[in-house]
Amino acid sequence: MKRYSAFAIAREALRYHTGWERAWGNPEPKKRYDVVIVGAGGHGLATAFYLGKNFGITNVAVIEKGWLGGGNTGRNTTIIRSNYLQDPSAAIYEKSRSLYETMSQDVNMNVMFSPRGVIMLAQTHHEVRGYERTAHANALQGVDTTFIGPEKVKELVPIINIDGPRYPVLGGLWQPRGGTARHDAVAWGYARACAGMGMDIIQNCAVQGVETEGGQVKAVNTTKGRIECGKLALVVAGHSSDLAEMAGFRLPIESVALQALVSEPIKPCMDVVVMANTVHGYMSQSDKGEMVIGGGTDGFNNYTQRGSFHHIEETVRALVETFPMISRLKMLRQWGGIVDMTGDRSPIISKTPVGNIFVNCGWGTGGFKAIPGSGWAMAELVAKGEPGPLAAEFGVDRFREGRFIDESVAAGVAH
Amino acid sequence: MSHRLDGKGRLIDRSKKLRFTFNGKAMTGYAGDTLASALLGSGQSVMGRSFKYHRPRGVVASGVEEPNALMNLGEGGRFEPNQRATTTPLFDGLTATSQNHWPSLEFDIGAVNDLAARFLPAGFYYKTFMFPRFAWKHLFEPFIRQSAGLGQVPKEPDADRYEHVYHHTDVLVIGGGVAGLAAARAAAAGGAKVMVLEQTAHWGGRAPVDGGQIDGLDPETWVNNAVQELETAENVTLRLGTMGAGVYDHGYVLGYERVADATPGDDRPRHRLWRIRAKQIVTATGAIERPLSFPGNDVPGVMLASAVRDYVVNWGVAPGRRTVIVTNNDDAYLTALALKEAKLEVPAIIDVRATLVGPLADRARKAGIKLMHGKAVVGVKGKKQVTGVMVADLDGKSTPDAIECDAVAMSGGWSPVVHLWSHCGGKLNWDDAEAMFKPDPARPPLGADGQGFVLTAGNASGAMGLAEALADGHEAGRQAAKAAGGTLTRKAAPKAPETERQPLKQVWIMPTSAGPDKRMKMWLDYQNDVKVSDVQLAAREGYASVEHTKRYTTLGMATDQGKLSNINGLAVLSDALGQAIPQTGTTTFRPPYTPISMGAIAGEARGELFQPIRRTPMHSAHDAAGAVWEPVGHWRRPFCFARTGETDMEAVNREIVNTRDNVGMLDASTLGKILVTGPDAGKFLDMLYTNVMSSLPVGKCRYGLMCTENGFVTDDGVVARIGEQTWLCHTTTGGADRIHGHMEDWLQCEWWDWKVYTANLTEQYAQVAVAGPKARKVLEALGGMDVSKEAMPFMTWADGTLAGIPARVYRISFTGELSYEIAVPANRGAELWAKVAEAGAAHGIQPYGTEAMHIMRAEKGFVMIGDETDGTVIPQDLNMGWIISKKKTDYLGKRAQERSHMASPDRWRLVGLETLDGSVIPDGAYAVGEGFNANGQRNMIGRVTSTYYSPTIRKGIAMGLIQHGPDRMGEVVDFATLDGTGTVIKAKIVETCFYDKEGAKADV
Repeated sequence: MKRYSAFAIAREALRYHTGWERAWGNPEPKKRYDVVIVGAGGHGLATAFYLGKNFGITNVAVIEKGWLGGGNTGRNTTIIRSNYLQDPSAAIYEKSRSLYETMSQDVNMNVMFSPRGVIMLAQTHHEVRGYERTAHANALQGVDTTFIGPEKVKELVPIINIDGPRYPVLGGLWQPRGGTARHDAVAWGYARACAGMGMDIIQNCAVQGVETEGGQVKAVNTTKGRIECGKLALVVAGHSSDLAEMAGFRLPIESVALQALVSEPIKPCMDVVVMANTVHGYMSQSDKGEMVIGGGTDGFNNYTQRGSFHHIEETVRALVETFPMISRLKMLRQWGGIVDMTGDRSPIISKTPVGNIFVNCGWGTGGFKAIPGSGWAMAELVAKGEPGPLAAEFGVDRFREGRFIDESVAAGVAH
Repeated sequence: MSHRLDGKGRLIDRSKKLRFTFNGKAMTGYAGDTLASALLGSGQSVMGRSFKYHRPRGVVASGVEEPNALMNLGEGGRFEPNQRATTTPLFDGLTATSQNHWPSLEFDIGAVNDLAARFLPAGFYYKTFMFPRFAWKHLFEPFIRQSAGLGQVPKEPDADRYEHVYHHTDVLVIGGGVAGLAAARAAAAGGAKVMVLEQTAHWGGRAPVDGGQIDGLDPETWVNNAVQELETAENVTLRLGTMGAGVYDHGYVLGYERVADATPGDDRPRHRLWRIRAKQIVTATGAIERPLSFPGNDVPGVMLASAVRDYVVNWGVAPGRRTVIVTNNDDAYLTALALKEAKLEVPAIIDVRATLVGPLADRARKAGIKLMHGKAVVGVKGKKQVTGVMVADLDGKSTPDAIECDAVAMSGGWSPVVHLWSHCGGKLNWDDAEAMFKPDPARPPLGADGQGFVLTAGNASGAMGLAEALADGHEAGRQAAKAAGGTLTRKAAPKAPETERQPLKQVWIMPTSAGPDKRMKMWLDYQNDVKVSDVQLAAREGYASVEHTKRYTTLGMATDQGKLSNINGLAVLSDALGQAIPQTGTTTFRPPYTPISMGAIAGEARGELFQPIRRTPMHSAHDAAGAVWEPVGHWRRPFCFARTGETDMEAVNREIVNTRDNVGMLDASTLGKILVTGPDAGKFLDMLYTNVMSSLPVGKCRYGLMCTENGFVTDDGVVARIGEQTWLCHTTTGGADRIHGHMEDWLQCEWWDWKVYTANLTEQYAQVAVAGPKARKVLEALGGMDVSKEAMPFMTWADGTLAGIPARVYRISFTGELSYEIAVPANRGAELWAKVAEAGAAHGIQPYGTEAMHIMRAEKGFVMIGDETDGTVIPQDLNMGWIISKKKTDYLGKRAQERSHMASPDRWRLVGLETLDGSVIPDGAYAVGEGFNANGQRNMIGRVTSTYYSPTIRKGIAMGLIQHGPDRMGEVVDFATLDGTGTVIKAKIVETCFYDKEGAKADV
């Protein structure tokens, strides 16, 4: 595979860019793979990438019902942070964040990771105490965060109104190395790197059934035929429970629509990512100039990748209150994605009741930031058959044991 | 050069001249102009710069699809970026500036990108800027951010207001063109309640411009008659200037009315958001013309043929003096004829089709226009204004001829506006003859009953001729009325003579043999600078899904959301992939149809109205007493009552000392009060609380703890038994609504056969806590009830009259002092507060706030929901095993608490903490253990949950959850600080109660 570089662009420009090769192939499935990964979203592709990179396993197929990166990888608000409260969460999200730092170089595609900093606003005394607690926990977890006062918030975000009549800003939890990345490029970068390692990425290939024999996985039946596999990794977010059902087990997952929207592009006015959990909304500005806004989940389970208007209204209200200048911007586009929620709002990276089937799901509203860390931990689980330290706490048995990893404790929501 | 024509323009009023400025330059237009028509009329053809290459751009379209003419409008609190000139009504005093250039529109440094365009193809940024690593954030990205973006940033808060309106209707017709009006007439005649939305300021859509006859009348007269008929009908509502923005599930539609955009500061809301619930929706949203892809198709002066016609007929503005027409279909001939009629030159119609026959071709010939068949535009001359075109055979193989001109009118066929049909799941079919995606009536968006709730009418259905559009609109209206509960009208459909149209020829790039150098000059998406070569590059690199192409090239992601570019782009993509267009498919259509203001979405709920503020009846008294307010949920509560010269913490300490020494009063009205009554109420409460409430005698109070199904503590409070079947449950302030919902959830979904009724009485009572050694004296001074220890022992309640106010008095204590909580009807709350203060004056009473309350309960070791609990804590962690009934077979959370991790002896459990040096442990601090875990994190063995300076015992006190805590009394643990030096605070594990361990003070 030819490397991307400024030099390569100059070389190709001379022949009108007719010499670029495909970023990934369009192969028909082989009869058998050592590992079949279902779901070519960020998490599935990252799993494949680290299977190859860390464990040398490259006889891998990543199969995808639609187009790669077309689920939540391509519909989120691209926030990357690791200022989580609980140890297992902080560990995997910080691993993830640190992998984002070098992802462009690792996959040789510019995923535009931009550590522009993330602020989570504290707008009640209770929230102040909650974020002070997180800052304390993060210090011991090796996550660089600090609690900052309202003046510092204003300095970092000049367009914010810290003296709103309803919820004045009392401070915020600041993670300077949090930020954003170009979501599509994350999927594309991994896909291209996986293809470069000889893996097959098979799009438009829906799983219709899972074959097992003696409690062990044997093959998957797909719209492109039967594919045998030594190991099977289910990494499909919103539809995890459907896949689990095909394999004969159940998952404690509910699927709901999470909504987002963007404004029309304007010149740069906000460098950092701001999350306001009391009023419930978060916003950043993309490199293109759009204000990227995330809101809440619909209050009912469903699989439609569109949302109701009511959450948009609530979110925009919150943000107009927080950033009054956006009142005269316009909403360009709204959309929804299906997120899979567990009982404690933390993910599942786990063995399953079926031998050699592994599952990675339940990232809920916060999956994008976890992509590389999740792939790293999942690859280890698939390769070794047992979870490493990053995944150890995220087994599905924790719900049976009551060993929850609840992130909703520090703040109202976890995104 | 564009200019104003004499005596033309059906929409402008030449008697009303309007002054406006563009980039500071004074210009004039007429009432009825759009900003775009006024600029063209003033000879201004360059209106902006493109996003990526900063190329000069003029207006292309005449409506919402315009990608280029985006303006900064207004000033100060009425500044708005990215406003389309084509949909901006002109008004006197309007100020507009063009966007995305520096230093000026005419000379833009950013245009160097255009010179380097060859090195900046689609997605170039994914392939470079990777080294050195820090340079992305510090060098490349800031540069990209500066050169991207479009409009300027609003600097001041919005000076305008907005409002929401709710409307219910049987049939909602979106689009007030002739098809929409025909649909509305038919639906109204069928007895349905009808609403019609039209996004522009005029009824009739394109028909009055395009001509023809309807029911023997010219279209304009027919439209006027139809509108008059609808206006007089009682069952019809008409709204001009209101766009159908989005269609959502169950017939929910957003209408976006621009009320006062053209009359800023007239006191009306600027925008009104209509929230409409319709049984049936008819989208009569028309069609949008497609550009043609030829080299240089973005030079100012190249416009859609229909737009050229609109400017001439509607606004009396000519985009040029010599206009070349280039087309693949009949429609552009109407433009040629309109230009001729306006005495403008049309040097040629360049038509890709091999034979040019039919009535329109004949009329053009008769008008003396040169028709060139089988030809294409293969180049455009001019940079900031067209000066001519190069014409050759369609395949580009012949030697090009130059034709001088100053405008080009192009038509690549029409695409029905299917957005609203598609928002909620309506499906499309590809019509290869017309080269368009049109709605598939067999696969509409489905409502809750499984039936379709959206119909389409006219051009939006793909019915392109006037006669077909009218018939289609009429039928859609009939069917919509019937589906909405009305009847099928027998009223005749409006009739128009059949018009003969010649088939179009699908040509997606011209010349068809264009090499890569030419394809780099063919624009698909004008605003985002996406060219034919970019889409082909995406296909070559495997970004083959239409969604990949969109995202890789940014095709269709600009503020026009691809209204002009999408079909052309996916045709080019299909060609590159060697597949049919329907196989490629479209990207998803997302609301809104065109961008709508955030202000309109937020509506009235801004500032003080953002969320309801709940105030207790004593609110103004607290204000007068210097309350420092703290938001607690939607409530406002006094954090403390600061006197002049006092800091908040000094006030808090004074309030505590006074309460402990004398007596204090607290506004406890916000505490949740939920009445639970009915034959099964006792059984219900026994399930809800961990302890037994059914055995509580009438007249007594009992503290209770509630858990979630997962076993975690969720709320607490004192329960009073009011009668045989009636209990009053106090909840935390923040928990009232949640716990009421929790109760109803169980009653309605699980125990629906239990006879229990709940009512949230939180706001029905005002409540005052009187606490302190002199509390009884205060109540005695109020008079009316026997509050002695004998008559009202600890943990009882009584009804009576206190100071002349009917009251219920509870003898409960959250401070550890002798304490009464007095509940009175809410409308007597202020009176009670004043009387308590008056009666207590002699005893030194002072009000105290929430912080004093928090500290006093911490001194007593009482847990606080939200401090000691955080959703992960079970009663056993709080050493509250005593409150878990051993007799009960079940309660919410019981099973969960038996799970292995919950029963583990290693859990962190509640203890008191005393710092060795008397200092206060910082909020949120963790106790550290030895070494690191497998993920390299410092091992933690506990954390602080409440930590305060206690003015009572004059040192730092705390509670915390510590591993094996209660078994480690007297041991010292280390709390990490954040000072960065690794210092720790040493604290001794002690009992949780720091004050009056025997409880003697409360029970006197």
